[in-house]
Amino acid sequence: MTLSTFIFKNALRNKRRALLSVSSVAASLFLLVTLQVALRELTLPVESAGAELRVCARNKVSLTNPLPARQRTIIEKIPGVEGVTPFTWFGGQFQNEGAMTFAQFAMDARETRRVFTDLKLTAAEQAAYESEKSSAIIGKISADKYHFKVGDHFTLDSTIYPGSLEFKIAGIFTGTADDRMMMFHQEYLDESIGTPGLVGMWWIKVKNADDMPIVIKTINDAFANTAAEVRAESERNFQLGFISMLGNIKTLIASISTVVVFTLVLVTASTMSMAVRERFRELAILKALGFRRRELFVFILAESFGLAVVGAVLGIGAAYCVYTFGNISQMTHGIFVSFEVTPHIMGLAALVAALLGIISAIAPSLAVARMSVVNGLKTLD
Amino acid sequence: MSETIVRIRELTKVYAQGEIQVTALDRITLDIAAGEFLALMGPSGSGKSTLLHIIAGVDRPTSGECLVQGVDVTKLNESQLADWRNQNVGFIFQTFNLIPVLTAAENVELPLLLTQLDRRQRRQQVETALEVVGLADRAKHLPRQLSGGQEQRVAIARALVTDPKLIVADEPTGNLDSHSAQEVLTALQSLRRDAGKTIIMVTHDPKAAAFGTRQIHLEKGELSA
Repeated sequence: MTLSTFIFKNALRNKRRALLSVSSVAASLFLLVTLQVALRELTLPVESAGAELRVCARNKVSLTNPLPARQRTIIEKIPGVEGVTPFTWFGGQFQNEGAMTFAQFAMDARETRRVFTDLKLTAAEQAAYESEKSSAIIGKISADKYHFKVGDHFTLDSTIYPGSLEFKIAGIFTGTADDRMMMFHQEYLDESIGTPGLVGMWWIKVKNADDMPIVIKTINDAFANTAAEVRAESERNFQLGFISMLGNIKTLIASISTVVVFTLVLVTASTMSMAVRERFRELAILKALGFRRRELFVFILAESFGLAVVGAVLGIGAAYCVYTFGNISQMTHGIFVSFEVTPHIMGLAALVAALLGIISAIAPSLAVARMSVVNGLKTLD
Repeated sequence: MSETIVRIRELTKVYAQGEIQVTALDRITLDIAAGEFLALMGPSGSGKSTLLHIIAGVDRPTSGECLVQGVDVTKLNESQLADWRNQNVGFIFQTFNLIPVLTAAENVELPLLLTQLDRRQRRQQVETALEVVGLADRAKHLPRQLSGGQEQRVAIARALVTDPKLIVADEPTGNLDSHSAQEVLTALQSLRRDAGKTIIMVTHDPKAAAFGTRQIHLEKGELSA
C-alpha cells in the first residue's frame, strides 16, 4: 500500500456522497464554462484586430434609423479618412430556418478590404466579388456550417426588406472578429428594394490612430443640425454601446458566475467537513500512530483536490464536447452560431476547481490540526 | 534486575473544566521495568487512562517527569512526539480502530508508511506481524470480514509492526467475549515472554489483569497498592 492508495480508498469510502459531490462540481463548472463562453461570444467583436482604426457612424436617434447615402461624399473628404463603406443590416433568413443564424451586411465591395484590413480573402475571390453585383463573401464558420463553396447560389428572405435576394458566393473569408457574417453589394440591395439613397450606417477607416479623435469629432460636427444627425465613435466604443443595449450583461454574467463559484465552495467545503467529521476518530488514531499534522493535511487536501479535479475534468470536458461537437445554433435557436470553449476559459475553470479543492480543505484541516489525540480518542467511547 | 523503561516522578495532571479543576493524577511516582506486563487497574475516573496516555506521549502532564527509554516525553514538541510515538510505542485500543476501507495487511502497514522502508520490506514486516498474531491467512480480509477477536489481533499486529519496545493497551478486551479476550491476552503475554516487549495494559477486569506480571491500582489519581 502507498499513501496515494490510502487516500484513494478513503475518498471512495462513501461512494454515493463522492459521486454526488463530483457531480455537483461537474455541473457547476459546466455552468461556469457556459457563462464564460457566452460572455466571450457576446463581447468578442470588441477585441477584433484593426478595430483601433475604424470608426462607426450611425443615426444619432437610433441604430435602426437609416442614414442618407449622400453623407458618404462628405465623410470621404474629411482629412484622415482612408475609406468609407455603407454597412446595412439585411436580416435575411436562410431557407426554412426559423431565425436568422448569421448576419448579412450590404457594403461597398471595393471598400470592404480597405476598411476591414483584418479580412483575409484571395485576390481572385476579391476580384470575383467586385465584378458581379449579386455576389457575396461569407465567413468560414458559416460556410463550413452550411457546406457553402465558392460558386454556390443561395437565397435569403429578408425580415426587414420585402422579398428575397439570391446570392452567389464569390469568396470565403477568415480573419475577422466574426467569421460568421456575410457581406454583399449595397448596390444590389438598393436596386432590389427600389429605394436608393439610404444606408444602415457608415464604417470608416482612419489613416492613423492619432487622427481618430479629430475624425470622429469632424464627422459628428459635419451632420449636426441636419435631418440625419450622426453619432460617430470608435469601433470599440460602438461595440461596447451595442452590448450595453442588451443590458449590463457582463455584470449579470459575472454575478451569476460568482454565485456559481460561491455555491460550489460551500458544497465542496461541506462535503469535506462531513467526510472529515466522520473520520475524526480514525484521524486521531493516525495521529497516535505517528502521523503529523502536515501529513493529515496532505490526506485531506489530496482528497478535496481529487474530488474537485475529477469534477472539473467531467464538467469542463462535457462543456467542451457539447459546445464543440454539438449544433450550438440549434441549441440556442440561432442566438449563438459559434460557442468556442477556449483554452483560456478551460484554464480559468480549472483554476477555479483547483482553488476550490484547496479552500475546501482548509477548515477540516484546521479542525484536525487543533484536535488533540486524547480528545479524538474520546470520541471512540 | 531489568532496566527501567518508564520512570515517572511526581506526575500530576489537572483538567480545568471552566471554574472547576479536576485532578486526574496526583503526584504519581512509578517505575516500570523493561519486559514487564503491567496491569493498570482502577475504577472509572481513577486516572489510569490518563496515565497511559501520558506514558504513550498522546497527552501532557500538568507537572512532573515522565521518562520513557530515557526520553522525557513531556519536553518534546508535537512533531517530535509524533515521530517518537511512531518509533517507540505500539497502541492497542478498546474498539480496535482499524480503518474499515483497508485490509488487515494494509491496516498493519499504516505505521510503516512513515518509515524509510521500501514496499518489499514493509510487506515482509507486515507478514511477520500477522504471523505473530496468527492471522497471516486473513491478510486480505477487510475488518468487517473479521471477528472482534481477530480485529483486535490485527490491531496488536499493527502495534508491534514497527518493533517498538513499549506497547500500551487501553482496555484491549473490553469489547470482546471471554474466548476472544483469552486469545488476545495470550497473544500479549507471548509478546512479552517471546519478544521481550514491555506491555502496559489498562483494564477493569481482574481476570485480564491476572495475565500481567504486575498489577497496580489507581484510586482518585493516586496509586493505592
